[in-house]
Amino acid sequence: MAMTEPQIRLRAENLNIHYGTKHAIKDVSLDIPSNQVTAFIGPSGCGKSTFLRALNRMNDLIETAQTTGKVLFDETNVYDPGVDVVELRKRIGMIFQKSNPFPKSIYENVAYGPRIQGEGDKRKLDEIVERSLQQAALWGEVKDDLDKSGLALSGGQQQRLCIARALAVEPEVILMDEPASALDPIATAKIEELIFELKERYTIAIVTHNMQQAARVSDRTAFFYLGELIEYDETKRMFTAPSKKQTEDYVTGRFG
Amino acid sequence: MSRRSPILGFSFMTATGLASLVIVSAVVLVIVDIVTEGMHTLTWQFLTDEPREGMTAGGVFPAIIGTFYRVILMSIVGVPVGTITAIYLTEYASQQSVFARMIRFAVNTLAGVPAIVFGLFGLGFFVQFVGQNMDQVLTGGADLRWGQPNLLWASLTMALLTLPVVIVAVEEAIRTVPRELREASLALGATKWQTIWKVVLPNSMTGVLTGGILAVSRGAGEVAPILFTGAAYFLPHLPGSLSDQFMELGYHVYIMATQSPDVEATRGIQYATTLVLLVFTFSLNLVAVLLRYRIRKRLRT
Repeated sequence: MAMTEPQIRLRAENLNIHYGTKHAIKDVSLDIPSNQVTAFIGPSGCGKSTFLRALNRMNDLIETAQTTGKVLFDETNVYDPGVDVVELRKRIGMIFQKSNPFPKSIYENVAYGPRIQGEGDKRKLDEIVERSLQQAALWGEVKDDLDKSGLALSGGQQQRLCIARALAVEPEVILMDEPASALDPIATAKIEELIFELKERYTIAIVTHNMQQAARVSDRTAFFYLGELIEYDETKRMFTAPSKKQTEDYVTGRFG
Repeated sequence: MSRRSPILGFSFMTATGLASLVIVSAVVLVIVDIVTEGMHTLTWQFLTDEPREGMTAGGVFPAIIGTFYRVILMSIVGVPVGTITAIYLTEYASQQSVFARMIRFAVNTLAGVPAIVFGLFGLGFFVQFVGQNMDQVLTGGADLRWGQPNLLWASLTMALLTLPVVIVAVEEAIRTVPRELREASLALGATKWQTIWKVVLPNSMTGVLTGGILAVSRGAGEVAPILFTGAAYFLPHLPGSLSDQFMELGYHVYIMATQSPDVEATRGIQYATTLVLLVFTFSLNLVAVLLRYRIRKRLRT
């Protein structure tokens, strides 16, 4: 297959988000290509997490958040009144900063998604659990302890369990909100390796405050500052020859 | 005197210590008195026999059973209704909405209403309004079955009385369920209802049980609400249906102490009945505490 322009999976158009009187995201337009890793970087409070959470409408949970503009997913604006948010979140999964396994067994954590979608067949569930844990590179470590509580795992394992849990519902896009920020370097390396493998099947958007991480794992990088999208380009270019002064200052560590 | 005076500090410490001592000695005195006086009369036969000879002899078996039925029925109604209300208040109602504030105001008011008022309400609403209308509809008023005080109306009145404690306890528990867990569930494509049912409620079970414990503790000791709604002075048989009246430990103590033909002769029975009531309440509490401990442990590991 010839290298053509990658297909666009998600497209934000003139997205604005307000928290009460605070203008958190200012008129951001951005394309997220299919089967690539797109990183959002920027100093704390720049709006990168807010933007990420806008993509599967997790900001709906915040009563004061108001969103205008569009997020196009398969030609549909996910903010259209007719959109089924539950269905949307099934297709756009999310991994959170703080690993958040349910206080249930490892097996039940992974089976949660398929179960709520009505999968009751034990054999099928077994298959899904094994496949998801394998994809999340956790199967080898837990295959004999599936009945153990998810909370008994180490921090890095818990985060991979959360990834397995998200994969079990077979999403198309995975949003990751600083997935390794609470982990030690070894656990972080494992997560990054995993992200690299996952992009073959999934489209990934990741928020990180760790610039090296963005440089290592992502294909494209977007730099946010004070709610605005300052620059968005191929990661290689963003870190070697950014076109904006602010980007350069940030990636070279002069501020932020 | 200087504000850093050691004397002031010492007297304050002594005062707090003494104040604490008052409550400890009160509890010890009450328990010691009841146990020592009640032990003489408390026999196996006392627990399993019915009152005899104008209630100057015999036991309290019907009252134990009546109390038990009442507490169980009250919990069966009160805990679910309270839990559902708490779910509505925390998960569905917008915190600023007029309706949510009205509910909260009602709950707080309900918690401050004297127990005897609940009794009168139960009599007026359940017995005379609901009950008598049920009789009208069911038998055309020929039979007086539901339109009189009985086990059901007494239990419902008690459930109302204990609703506020259940609601508050469950609400608190629901609020402690981490937001991360809800988000995890919603991000997996779960509906709000599924998230509440599968994540929020299981993680609030300790609160639901706490609510149950508090309700039972509050309810088992109250006599006023059942005075007019179902408690009987003396019944030779056990309640066999919801429309039967019942004997009750707290009420039994009250009538033995005030209505008995010979108060002196029944003193032993009074003490023993009180002791049974105390043990009964404590053991119900104990069961709930153990249950709560087990659930908490299961959630942790």
